[in-house]
Amino acid sequence: MGDPAARPAVEGCCLLGLSGSRDARVVAFIKGTRTQPQCGFSYKLLSLLNDCKADYEVVNVLDEFHNPGLREAIKSYSQWPTIPQLYVDSEFVGGADIVEQMAGTGELQLMLRGETANAK
Amino acid sequence: MAASPAVSADALKAKLESALQAESVSVVDTSGGCGAAFDVGVVSTLFEGKMLIARHRMIHDALKEEMGGIHALSIKAAWTPAQQQQQQPQQPSRAAQRIK
Repeated sequence: MGDPAARPAVEGCCLLGLSGSRDARVVAFIKGTRTQPQCGFSYKLLSLLNDCKADYEVVNVLDEFHNPGLREAIKSYSQWPTIPQLYVDSEFVGGADIVEQMAGTGELQLMLRGETANAK
Repeated sequence: MAASPAVSADALKAKLESALQAESVSVVDTSGGCGAAFDVGVVSTLFEGKMLIARHRMIHDALKEEMGGIHALSIKAAWTPAQQQQQQPQQPSRAAQRIK
């Protein structure tokens, strides 16, 4: 089935297409599900969001049935080599380490409330 | 040594030191020996004026070849020399909490 030209170009893809979610401001692409993250970093990201009482959407990049090819597509989209990845207002924020440091400085909380320039 | 998949902490350290002209680099192998999980910390003047995300990208870029063989890379610190001096006293490592 492998005509490479038939595969959608990731560059032409938008985040909404990747996440399938139209109204979430905060989207976490993780390995596993909200209740069962399958990697320590994904777990950490969700814990940080929960600590902020954030309202967020979770997308499981390991779910090849519903999200075929997403695991590689999301890396290519953000040019970031690892999962998890957090997006706020369609902007790539970072991976677990960055989000952890932003939580430490209070930046994350501001961004989630929509009070930073980045998240306007 | 032909194409060995295992990455050593020393190799990562050397790579980061040269690629980022780092003043100091710490690499801790957290994999328990299989060479696939690392915590890294980098202090470099090249980080001056760059956002955290850009600093992490610089570290990823420097380790492009190695990333394929690494399962988990945790960037604990990407600081300028000035930031490192401020940071020194606080922050007992959170890593200790998630030992597996």
